[in-house]
Amino acid sequence: MEATLNDTRPDIVPCWSCGGPIDGSAFCDTCKAVQPPGQRDHFSRLGLNVSFDIDPATLDEVYFSMQRKLHPDRFATHSPKEKAYSQQQATAINDAYETLKDPHGRADYMVHLKGTDVLPEGCNLINDQVLLIESMEMREALAESETPADVDIISARATEDIRVCIAQLSKLFANNDIEGACKLTTRLKYLKKLAQEAQAHRAKLI
Amino acid sequence: MNTLLQIHEPGATPQPHEGDTTLAVGIDLGTTNSVVAISTGAQPEVLRDEDGTALVPSVVAYAPDGSAIVGGLARNLLLDRPESVVGSIKRLMGRGINSVKSLGGTLPFDIDSIGEDGAGMVRLNVAGHKMTPVEISGDILSALKERAEDHLGHAVDRSVITVPAYFDDAARTATKDAARLAGLEVLRLVNEPTAAALAYGLDKGSEGIYAVYDLGGGTFDVSILRMEKGVFQVLATGGDASLGGDDFDHAVAEHFLSERAERLGEKELTAGEVKVALMTARLAKECLSDASDGEWVLDIDGKQSSHALNRDTFDGIVKELVSRTLTIANHVMEDAGTNADDIKGVIMVGGSTRVPLVREKVGILFGKPPLVDINPDEVVAIGAALQAEALTVGSDTLLLDVTPLSLGIETMGGLVEKIIPRNTPIPVAKAQEFTTYQDGQTAMAIHVVQGEREMVESNRSLARFELRGIPPMTAGAAHIRVTFTVDADGLLTVAAAEDTTGIEQEVAVKPSYGLSEEEMADMLYDSMKHAKDDMAERLLAEARVEAGRTLNAINAALAADGELLNEDERTELVVVIDRLSLMIKGDDRDAIGHAAEALEDASRPFAEKRMDRGIRSALRGVGVEDLEDETPSG
Repeated sequence: MEATLNDTRPDIVPCWSCGGPIDGSAFCDTCKAVQPPGQRDHFSRLGLNVSFDIDPATLDEVYFSMQRKLHPDRFATHSPKEKAYSQQQATAINDAYETLKDPHGRADYMVHLKGTDVLPEGCNLINDQVLLIESMEMREALAESETPADVDIISARATEDIRVCIAQLSKLFANNDIEGACKLTTRLKYLKKLAQEAQAHRAKLI
Repeated sequence: MNTLLQIHEPGATPQPHEGDTTLAVGIDLGTTNSVVAISTGAQPEVLRDEDGTALVPSVVAYAPDGSAIVGGLARNLLLDRPESVVGSIKRLMGRGINSVKSLGGTLPFDIDSIGEDGAGMVRLNVAGHKMTPVEISGDILSALKERAEDHLGHAVDRSVITVPAYFDDAARTATKDAARLAGLEVLRLVNEPTAAALAYGLDKGSEGIYAVYDLGGGTFDVSILRMEKGVFQVLATGGDASLGGDDFDHAVAEHFLSERAERLGEKELTAGEVKVALMTARLAKECLSDASDGEWVLDIDGKQSSHALNRDTFDGIVKELVSRTLTIANHVMEDAGTNADDIKGVIMVGGSTRVPLVREKVGILFGKPPLVDINPDEVVAIGAALQAEALTVGSDTLLLDVTPLSLGIETMGGLVEKIIPRNTPIPVAKAQEFTTYQDGQTAMAIHVVQGEREMVESNRSLARFELRGIPPMTAGAAHIRVTFTVDADGLLTVAAAEDTTGIEQEVAVKPSYGLSEEEMADMLYDSMKHAKDDMAERLLAEARVEAGRTLNAINAALAADGELLNEDERTELVVVIDRLSLMIKGDDRDAIGHAAEALEDASRPFAEKRMDRGIRSALRGVGVEDLEDETPSG
């Protein structure tokens, strides 16, 4: 028996409502009751393959279609237990969507998903001298900007750097270079923060 | 009862019974006016009185015996008996008195008590009675419920109620409590701008990114939404829960009173006189939306003073208030990651958007003339009614909303650790781990706050509770997980658990300004003629829903896998099923519960056989249909 066990097959669990077998779907095939969300990675939760290259339109589409079925608004007149499970399902779907929608969130999640043992050195900003110095220089430049036009130059550079960083991350994940991806994920986090600070700084100047 | 046996598609909601007693109403519970609407067959209808008026002024007059008059009649009593009449009570929902503005040092409310330590619920003196904002709002909701019942000719006990998107947890809870007092179950609290977008979007078939600018009587909201194929996804929201037309009235009243003081000398006003001054100011404001000037008379203390006001002077008086809304709108655009060019249209909601200066400035900010082709007073109630229909009958539309304010807890040094940032899609759950900072520490105080500031004292305190029973360990050894859950109504629950011992505490956040369960129970008992029956009725309905669900499930399982049972087993099970079907038709809640339990027990061996076959088929990688040769055992 054990020999035939297939790891990719979801566990069979009993439906809480009718007691029949459920193979990991959100609804029971037999009695149609909504099931608790269970433990799943964000990609498989949304029915996606684990990949850094997610098309935002596709992500929205699967997100909306799942929420259409599982959002608590669909269970407003159902039993308390069904309401609770739908809330848990919708929460898990929101969590998956929010994490995967943002390139940094997605990269960070994939590094954790794939680098299960110990995270490689260099994922910490303090350990990356080049990034540390670059970060300090850009912050200084931002603090010294006195006109919106000055800030725009920094914003434009951050936007371009983010674009390049995302393109590089895509390659590294495709080659399964988790250590390299981890370093760039840290860089992306800093670039994202810089872009946000630039926006906030600009708002203050106007 | 036939519907109990219907099996429906996942997510679909069964059709309501004939006669439609399951209908839920949509209610816009406003600061100045309230509106009730219903929707059937996606045709929303605002409910009007004999004169065709949809707006019910949110004003309540109390008789000495405590009975309430709500609406236009109450508003007319304001000038004669100001001490018996209350308006703008929404401003006190879930709040302390410090959020209400005084006029010449006098509040438009007669405050009885503000609770211990300034916390707890405010109580007002009205016509010799002590009333909480929740009770007064409850009376408004009762009047709206009555209007719906008169219109429909049957009882209504379910509703969707709208709240300002920027309402915090305390104000949302207070609104739900008010509904309970009125005998209304709240199927969902919907944010006002989201409801407006739903009504507008469905009506016009709009797609793309839209802004909703909602300036009501006492609250201001801006939401930016993406509308696409029936999905209404809120990208960001923001606002001010104490900024609205009332503040315009207030500014104009101050202007009038300072003119009056110059002519007649300073005089301290009574709460009643403040109400009169505000009402006169409101009339002036409303006139100036169409007229370019006018003259108004203040009749206070037997002395009359006349005040001329033109549009330009009015604009100057309210300019600051309007520019506050524009600053907020700018921040929300930033939060949504959009700029004015991305936004296809700006939907104007709330009576205060009739002020010409507001329309002009909003047009400039978004670079396009705002959409004013809808009735700004009725669109929110229409959206609520559409959502009420969607929740009860089912719908293809979907509202995806967000948290308006960040949620966090107090950490060392009075700093806030944010756990759920604002504009996070709801429902949401986030956990954070904390540890003890002293050896042998056995309790930990948790202080939940809502707001955007870094320091605790600048934010809204929502609740404090203590996690006790942490086993004595060295400092830093305990792992305390605090989980924040915000449901689809935007209401927060906090749970704390110590990982090594499994000690758990769950706290439905009963906010500092809210009512305790006991206070609620007392009020329900005191004020509601049918409070007790109501509760029993609800519990019975819940038991029926739950038992119906069990019945559905077992019947579906029998239809799918019935061949797993032999004749005797099947007969045995059917007896128990029939018994539950019978009990559901009766009114005995305990009997329904027992019969449902009996069915759960009786069906267990059947469930085990189904599981067994399911697992075997999964292991072999074949479908159930290929296992048909396996005969049921026993």
